[in-house]
Amino acid sequence: MNVLLPLPFALPLLGAALAMISRRRRFWLRVLAPLVGAGAVAACVAVLVAVAREGVVAVQVGGWAAPFGITLVADRLSALLLVVSSTVLLAIMLHAVAEGAGALERRSEPGVFHPAYLALTAGVGLVFLAGDLFNLFVAFEVMLASSYVLMTLQPTAERLRASMTYTVVSLTSSIMFLTALGLTYAAAGTVNLADLSERVPALPAGTRTALGLLFLVVFGIKGAIVPMHLWLPDAYPAALTKVTAVFAALLTKAAVYALIRVETLVFPREHGSWVMLVLAAGTMVVGTLGALANDDIHRVFSFTLVGHIGYMLFGLALFSVAGLTGAILYLVHHIVVQATLFLVSDLIQARTGETSLHRLGGLARLSALIAVLFFIPAMSVSGVPPTSGFVAKLALFQAGLGSGRPLAYAVTGVAVLASLLTLMAMARIWALGFWRPRPAEAGEPPPSEPYTRGGVRVMQAVTAVMVAGGLLIAVFAGPLSSWSARAAADLVEPSAYRRAVLDGRTP
Amino acid sequence: MTGPALVLVLTVAVLFAAGFDLLMQRSLIRVVVGFMLLGHGANLVLLLAGGAAGGPPLLGGESRLTMADPLPQAMALTAIVITFGVTAFLLALAYRSRRLLGEDEVQDDVEDRRICAERRRGSWDAPPERHDPLEEDE
Repeated sequence: MNVLLPLPFALPLLGAALAMISRRRRFWLRVLAPLVGAGAVAACVAVLVAVAREGVVAVQVGGWAAPFGITLVADRLSALLLVVSSTVLLAIMLHAVAEGAGALERRSEPGVFHPAYLALTAGVGLVFLAGDLFNLFVAFEVMLASSYVLMTLQPTAERLRASMTYTVVSLTSSIMFLTALGLTYAAAGTVNLADLSERVPALPAGTRTALGLLFLVVFGIKGAIVPMHLWLPDAYPAALTKVTAVFAALLTKAAVYALIRVETLVFPREHGSWVMLVLAAGTMVVGTLGALANDDIHRVFSFTLVGHIGYMLFGLALFSVAGLTGAILYLVHHIVVQATLFLVSDLIQARTGETSLHRLGGLARLSALIAVLFFIPAMSVSGVPPTSGFVAKLALFQAGLGSGRPLAYAVTGVAVLASLLTLMAMARIWALGFWRPRPAEAGEPPPSEPYTRGGVRVMQAVTAVMVAGGLLIAVFAGPLSSWSARAAADLVEPSAYRRAVLDGRTP
Repeated sequence: MTGPALVLVLTVAVLFAAGFDLLMQRSLIRVVVGFMLLGHGANLVLLLAGGAAGGPPLLGGESRLTMADPLPQAMALTAIVITFGVTAFLLALAYRSRRLLGEDEVQDDVEDRRICAERRRGSWDAPPERHDPLEEDE
């Protein structure tokens, strides 16, 4: 087992190195990258199996005992997220490779995409495995550094402007992360998460609150929690669509995961946090209203992404097993569905060359397949039964109503309202983009030259598989939610986590 | 001597203040320099977190001083490498931006400008595509 745990991180990193040195051989890259991605999925599944069998699994990299060395840990939450994220990463990789056969590589520097993408995969893997704060910081940097490169692929003036905002905002939050980490070390004398969870309760209440809020701001910026979300709807739509799909699916979710990890393990609260409840409500409202106000489908999806971060934060803010179960279900559902939505919009863009609702129209007649592929994830993200979004939202609503706190009731009401607003935003795209006759000012569809016919087929197939994956989440909602409930119970009562990490430490 | 040196604490404060001030500037090079200052400030915080300076942290070494805490030094070293790499990327981005846009300034958000222009005109209801204020501005 000890050999297995670093693999979700080490394998893609090795693949990135290989892709880097063979960057002129396009065919080899096209084979190598999906192979490495599939290997990462296999490694993540193996970790999941090991966690299911043994409970929390921990490895001390380098052989130094727990609080001093580098620790990799996988518990139920990280194992689940590892499997989901690596699968989504592989799907988007296939989508990109299929498109790249025609367009991506021809228009950009050869072989920048594959190494950067694999490094991003490695970074995401490490975020979920990191057992100490500093490793978490390094993982975020590995992930974000590759995301800066992906963001600036095929730079246009607009993309460059957006990526400058993105880079500077991310870097600022990283510097704040580093500062918060230094202050935590100064206060508690350790950065190991398990060790911190033992030492932090002994700190003065003021220090604990200050550090907790600092980490909330750090991950709030990275995870686009209102009012720290302003960079996201500006930056994400400017990137290449499949890059946006990765970002939307995983970068903000990694931040939410880190927030869940740090807040439950290091700064637990018995009665939940009203600050987070208010932030969650604000995020839901601002995000979904923004989605309604925008005309570009990429911007609409980016705003719904912001809005739905609020749901995960809501689950965390309740600080109960039920709430965290809802948050975990929501994370899993949203990783899959948000990526699918962006992949579908990539298909729309490939078919019509448009992303603006002003100029889109008649898509249902143009391609019934795209209509079906859009409809299912759109209903899922709005939480219409029987989709995965409904399952996740229902868990959250039940948790909110079961918490017995007036503020949580109010936020549950806001969450219901935000779902309806999301449904409105999706219905707007559905009505304007798919069923309205094609508007007169619509441009000619672009020459299909950049996309090979086979490439488009593969893109459609990958998107269809992702849609099916979203449906599978709803079908297997039972086992998934019992797994999530146990993961949430582990988060609330982290003694197993502590034992797995700190066992056999030097006093 | 148990706590960190006051001079270092003050240096961190100055670095952070100057860094954040430079981040707010429009010129990209200033932003990059501001980011570098912030990075140095954060690394100093890491060093300060280890407490007072002491003897070399070598296992089995002989020193009359109390051993310095090696962990923050290792972390600062890693953080320096990361900051270094990202700074190089930022500089490349600033250079590219200058080549592509012909100026070293952060550009206005197109949509923000459009909304401002619409508001000046007092015509919120008209669809923005009909008369694009951007084209008239330039």
